[in-house]
Amino acid sequence: MKTNIILAGVGGQGILSIAAVLGAASLKNKYYLKQAETHGMSQRGGAVVSHLRISDKPIHSDLIPMGKADIILSVEPMESLRYLPFLKPHGYLVTNNVPYKNIPNYPEMDKLQAEIDKLKRKVTINADGIAKEIGNLRASNMVMLGAASNFIEVPSKKIEEGIAEIFRSKGAAIIQLNIEAFRKGKTTAKTTP
Amino acid sequence: MSVKLLLGNEAIGLGAIDAGISGVYAYPGTPSTEITEYIQAHPLAAERNIQRKWSANEKTAYEGALGMSYAGKRALVCMKHVGLNVAADAFINSTFTGVNGGLVLVVADDPSMHSSQNEQDSRFYGKFAMIPILEPSSQQEAYEMVKFAFDLSESIQYPVLFRITTRLAHSRAGVSRDEKHRKENSLSFPPDLRQFVLLPAIARKRYELLLNNQDKFQKLSENSSYNQYTPGSDHSLGIVCCGIAINYLLENYTEKPCPYPILKIGQYPIPEKLVKKIESECDELLIVEEGYPVVEEMLSDYFGKGKRIRGRLDGTLPRAGELSPGLLANALQLEQAKNPGIPEIVTNRPPSLCTGCGHQDMYKALNEALKPWGDGHVFSDIGCYTLGALPPYRSINSCVDMGASVTMAKGAADAGLFPSLAVIGDSTFTHSGMTGLLDAVNDGSNVVIIISDNQSVSMTGGQDSSATGRLDSICKGIGVDPAHIRTVVPHRKNHDKMVSIIKEEIDYKGVSVIIPTRECIQRTARLKRAKRKS
Ligand SMILES: Cc1ncc(C[n+]2csc(CCOP(=O)(O)OP(=O)(O)O)c2C)c(N)n1
Repeated sequence: MKTNIILAGVGGQGILSIAAVLGAASLKNKYYLKQAETHGMSQRGGAVVSHLRISDKPIHSDLIPMGKADIILSVEPMESLRYLPFLKPHGYLVTNNVPYKNIPNYPEMDKLQAEIDKLKRKVTINADGIAKEIGNLRASNMVMLGAASNFIEVPSKKIEEGIAEIFRSKGAAIIQLNIEAFRKGKTTAKTTP
Repeated sequence: MSVKLLLGNEAIGLGAIDAGISGVYAYPGTPSTEITEYIQAHPLAAERNIQRKWSANEKTAYEGALGMSYAGKRALVCMKHVGLNVAADAFINSTFTGVNGGLVLVVADDPSMHSSQNEQDSRFYGKFAMIPILEPSSQQEAYEMVKFAFDLSESIQYPVLFRITTRLAHSRAGVSRDEKHRKENSLSFPPDLRQFVLLPAIARKRYELLLNNQDKFQKLSENSSYNQYTPGSDHSLGIVCCGIAINYLLENYTEKPCPYPILKIGQYPIPEKLVKKIESECDELLIVEEGYPVVEEMLSDYFGKGKRIRGRLDGTLPRAGELSPGLLANALQLEQAKNPGIPEIVTNRPPSLCTGCGHQDMYKALNEALKPWGDGHVFSDIGCYTLGALPPYRSINSCVDMGASVTMAKGAADAGLFPSLAVIGDSTFTHSGMTGLLDAVNDGSNVVIIISDNQSVSMTGGQDSSATGRLDSICKGIGVDPAHIRTVVPHRKNHDKMVSIIKEEIDYKGVSVIIPTRECIQRTARLKRAKRKS
């Protein structure tokens, strides 16, 4: 078992929570894990990326080699494309389709969608919309994790335990909300062609 | 044994707690900050009352640690690479004084400059100081190596430099914790009560002692388990890997073992016998190291008569920037997965000031006040407010080293530039701006110093600032005329007021200090969240 995941987004969008949940879940499954994060300057609204590697064997590099990522999991559409050089030829691109526009020259959404559509295996969902329906926009990162979980070889039960662990200090209601977001993301992605 | 998912930095923090430190001394700086934060938040730190408040800068941090070591206790000092420039005077001289309690200096280098002004390599400082350097290759090794570093420091009675780079600092992996922990040392005097008095007569003796210890440091490296030779079947090439470089090499050999002999280096000075062994067995050597080609330069053959040494200097690897598995694959001419490249439509997304940040209001007012004078009059410094260099503000003309804005504005005013202004953050000001302000006051320089006070060290994650609540009294104490210390709340509604304050102080011939003060909005939100939780 070996899964390489590129987590992409904009500083402040919560990709580190996704990484933390998957990290906790992998540890529960007795997998090895390496997870390189972006700290510092870029967290101020810049492009951020995390390299997450899960394996049943020891892992050497903290960075995923180019062309070796099984999944790009992005909480922002343009950011999903920034790391394409890391994606395997038949890897999955799973992204939120709601743009985060904090730059003046943000490209047109249909052009971004056209680039995404060139890929064989992709899932784009409106994670913000789903999160709002559930009751909290901030849970959109867990919607995205749910969408990608269909392609991650860590049992969903373990991921849900990971959510419970990472959000423990925030109380039972927040845990439940995030688990719901995760489940909704999972089913939505399954039904999206 | 419990396995915890820790950043390299957190592993170092935990290692230091378990190694029995009595204090951690540090000034924040990416990528080193989480070491100290981890210790500060750890229950054992409170239980043992480990000294753990942030220092005003890296020099005061290092000196605090040296004092603790003088008194017999173990101290950890942490900083980013450029911080060691600030602490260098204390650091280099402490290798003459030697230590009593263990003293370990962790420096986090930032190759590729993810969050830094340069990518200098701290191993140069270690070599310059002539003391042992340790460089871990993984989070687990980092954890264990801290304890080793303190033992080493106490056995040789010198500080030990512990060097990491961004990728290890900011990457998580499972770390299993040792069951056995060291107790803290008790108070004791150094063996010689004059060894810290570096008067020339004593300093000469201490230098001789340091020189005489070099053979011992070399032997320690040769016998260190952190320096490992792995044989290989193909002797056309030998590979020397420092620190985390080994991971990028082995990533290319997950299916079959690396055919070449490998020397992994984790303790310096470089182990002479092992280096000579791999050189004698192989036709060429490839040196793989994060940062500058420090080891490569040492081994490179100036006159070109010896064996070929490959690495960053001959172009086998790029001269600058951090390493990656792909760069190693390139160097070894291994096949790499094809990749489609980044679609052209993707644009850059640089960091930017948060919406609602007080620095923005300050820059809006500054730009308006300076309109008649044009561009080129504002020296600045390092912090969130440096983002004022980017559009839409483009307000500042320098960012060099902590505190330089004040002194550069003074120097430019000395040269005749008018108006000459500085924009500096509150923490940067107490780090290194205060002394420059004293120069300006003593010279009656015609400058306007804007201390953009967000009551937080925000760029590095919002640590407490030493400056909070003190700026006005510091400036008065330094001798700025109280009539020209102007405090204002940087807010949209105060825009016109700020513009006129700046204009008035430009008109004043002398040192003016303007202090726009409003708490960082991220800090306000964080404190609110913390309050709600408790
Ligand atoms: C010698 C040195 N130490 C530390 C740093 C890291 N650093 C860069 S900006 C910064 C924070 C500055 O805080 P402040 O001046 O209050 O500005 P803010 O980010 O809050 O706007 C620090 C610690 C550095 N670049 N150089």
